[in-house]
Amino acid sequence: MSTIPLDYETLRLIWWLLLGVLLIGFAIMGGRDLGVGALLPFVARTDEERRVLLNLIGPTWEGNQVWLVLGGGAIFAAFPPLYAVSFSGFYLAMIVILLALILRPVGFKFRGKVSDPRWRTTWDWALFVGGFVPALIMGVAVGNVLLGAPFHFDDSLRIFYTGNFFQLLMPFALLAGLVSLGMIVTHGATLITGRTTGPIAARARQLGTLSGIATIALFAIGGIWVALMNGYVVTSTIDPNAPINPLGKTVELVQGGWLRNYGLYPWMIAAPVIGFAGMALATLGLMGRYRWLAYLGSSAGIFGIVSTAGVSIFPFFLPSSSMPNAGLTLWDASSSHLTLFIMLLATVVFLPLIILYTAWVFRVMRGTVTTESLSKNPNAY
Amino acid sequence: MIDMLVVDLSRWQFAATAMYHFIFVPLTLGLSFMMAIMESVYVMTGRDVWRKATLFWGTLFGVNFAMGVATGIVMEFQFGMNWSYYSHYVGDVFGAPLAIEGLMAFFLEATFVGLFFFGWDRLSKVGHLVVTWLVAFGANFSALWILIANGWMQNPVGAKFNPDTMRMEITDFMAVIFNSVAQAKFVHTVSAGYVCGAIFVLSISALFLVKGKHVEMAKRSAVVAASFGLASALSVVVLGDESGYVATEHQIMKVSALEAAFHTEPAPAPWTILAIPGEDGEPVWSLSVPWVGGLITTRSLDKELPGIHELVDRAQDRIRSGMVAYEALKQIRADGSNAEARAVFEETWPDLGYGLLLKRYRDDVQNATDEEIVQAAEDTVPDVWPLFWTFRIMMGLGFFFIAFFGLWFYRASRGWIDTNKPLLWFTVFLLPTPWIAIESGWFIAEFGRQPWVVEGVLPTFYAASGLQVMDLVLSLTFFVLLYTVLLVIMVMLMVRIIKAGPKEKLFTNDDEDDFVITTLPATPATKELGS
Repeated sequence: MSTIPLDYETLRLIWWLLLGVLLIGFAIMGGRDLGVGALLPFVARTDEERRVLLNLIGPTWEGNQVWLVLGGGAIFAAFPPLYAVSFSGFYLAMIVILLALILRPVGFKFRGKVSDPRWRTTWDWALFVGGFVPALIMGVAVGNVLLGAPFHFDDSLRIFYTGNFFQLLMPFALLAGLVSLGMIVTHGATLITGRTTGPIAARARQLGTLSGIATIALFAIGGIWVALMNGYVVTSTIDPNAPINPLGKTVELVQGGWLRNYGLYPWMIAAPVIGFAGMALATLGLMGRYRWLAYLGSSAGIFGIVSTAGVSIFPFFLPSSSMPNAGLTLWDASSSHLTLFIMLLATVVFLPLIILYTAWVFRVMRGTVTTESLSKNPNAY
Repeated sequence: MIDMLVVDLSRWQFAATAMYHFIFVPLTLGLSFMMAIMESVYVMTGRDVWRKATLFWGTLFGVNFAMGVATGIVMEFQFGMNWSYYSHYVGDVFGAPLAIEGLMAFFLEATFVGLFFFGWDRLSKVGHLVVTWLVAFGANFSALWILIANGWMQNPVGAKFNPDTMRMEITDFMAVIFNSVAQAKFVHTVSAGYVCGAIFVLSISALFLVKGKHVEMAKRSAVVAASFGLASALSVVVLGDESGYVATEHQIMKVSALEAAFHTEPAPAPWTILAIPGEDGEPVWSLSVPWVGGLITTRSLDKELPGIHELVDRAQDRIRSGMVAYEALKQIRADGSNAEARAVFEETWPDLGYGLLLKRYRDDVQNATDEEIVQAAEDTVPDVWPLFWTFRIMMGLGFFFIAFFGLWFYRASRGWIDTNKPLLWFTVFLLPTPWIAIESGWFIAEFGRQPWVVEGVLPTFYAASGLQVMDLVLSLTFFVLLYTVLLVIMVMLMVRIIKAGPKEKLFTNDDEDDFVITTLPATPATKELGS
């Protein structure tokens, strides 16, 4: 396609970055709401306190979740084989995430419509599940990506997945799940301390400080673990402008293979450094009551931790443990040249608009949420 | 070989989740526009009853919207989960409109829906009105891109099979967007959503009028619903017919099945109103009007609509050509530089999908027997009678809605809104009918497309993921249980909201009442922004 002004290799790299932007976008924006959900029953004890938290995230959580919807759509459009393999392979894990996510919109809307305490407590726990479970399982999924998933293709590129749900619960994957949960909970706690007052803020500060420290420790353990375990390395040369061919390369398992990129591209060390530094700042911010430092710190921490996973496995998206050569890299899981370009145009037009109007909505809804401010709004949850 | 039980369960799951999702979507489409209209009148006239109406319908909208979001995310994810070969095979084309839906439409809708509920006291009157309109536009843009994606499954234009990547790839994105099936489907579907919203508002307003409650708000809502509904009902049928007509160009089989036309009738064909199927599945008795069928399906008096038997014969030829394409593809996969195979494939690739129909019977489709070819050709016939009847239910309701809204519109223009109790009661009980029509419509569109998931390109059974039966039993059970429980709760809450009615006061200490909308102070909220 001579009419496409960007070459295939560049477009694939741009989409690798954009996918990162969208997934990190969800982890930071949607992570606020997941984190608050996971903290809800512990940080807020009375109905009034819980309503404060729900109304803290209520006006914006729906928009925030679209980062996930868009992330899913972008994987489908820009990396169809990755979408096909990962969503069908991790089937039951996806079902668990979906069942948990289903509880969120209805939890927000239904809870306040009946004043019976049992009704409200039930939905409080539903919202807890809706925050806790996705935060944990998405991390477990990333852990499994680093371990490699048992799948292969036949010559028609039909997918065969040979694992099962319980095989996903490997110790390393569970550790990754805890890192994910920890960073999300810390992030939610920085939001709560920043925008509420009184005992809710105090409890969130305590829990957030603990989870911040735990995240740093777990992330460090994860780093050591990765150095000791096997990573996947492409050993054949790749033509980054060729049509996709997931079976056309050779891949080997190498101990510490996932750390190789940091030798090849030393700038990538910035990712884990930002991860550690961000989480440390979040923890310090929480302890010292610098609310913006805490919030920006946890956002940066999430950015760094998610980026660390992304750059460590580059160019892989999803390595295969049962047929290593079939592992998916960005070079052999992408859409066609034209589709990537069309999608880039759409993104260049709409993503800045999204960021602009989201910022405006956040500005309109800014300010501290208290029990007094709730009684003013007839639409409050 | 493919496990047909897995395929069937996957189809059941998709059907169940899609049909649940589409209980909520049409109401969102229709209600969001009507709220925007009512709020516009409020901003223009400053009369508080219009704001009360916007807030009241907005509360019902909110509960419904939550269910739409809850069921919608499953729709997006289960293409990859349950239909992984589909996702690989057509993701290059189908994924793009889906992702653009997120970028352009759903982000807009979901971001501003929060402000619709929480922004009343933080925005100026006009500012809030703009937000309401953005929600309505977001919802409708969403429908546009989803129907572009769905339209491509019905009429896969602008794409070509690439033997090197084993998938369909976009060649002309404009053709995908301006696909005639997609455009007709969009107008037809959103209009049906508007009808749904109009019946919803009219029916609940009629209940209020019959009970003599909230009369001022109910009367105004009824006028908006009657006019909006009449325009929409006309649009559904006029443009619904358009999609039937378009279908004759690309989906003759579906139309023949809808008409139970087994044999080619000489032009102009009659239109069958009712029919009784015999033992072999073909009609033994039918009541029909001459000429009308030809007019509806071909827009002419001299073109024939081919019958099902003739179409099956044509399918046999395409299957044979598809076997040639499959053989050529295999040779290309084995040796990419085989120029001869590439030339053959270039000729025959549009029939590759027909060749894949044989995958149900054997793996090496290029060696299929005559018997298997006949079988596969028979497979191209969708199940006629369910289609025949749902089509008649949908059409009957469509025409009925025009007459019904026409009557309401006439009476409203005469000022006879709350004078006829039997009509009001009748209107109350019409509440479920738009959903019957709409679910029938989707059934026709999707079930009528079978055996294809993408018309002529990919058979449904070949598109499913290779999951275990137990995976599907678990997921299907959990989805259906959870959705059903949530649906029951939603209906229960809507009944509570309707019983409570719009609120007069802003502040209420009554705990029971914190779920209902209370009226805001009449002064515009602009003053509060300054503080």
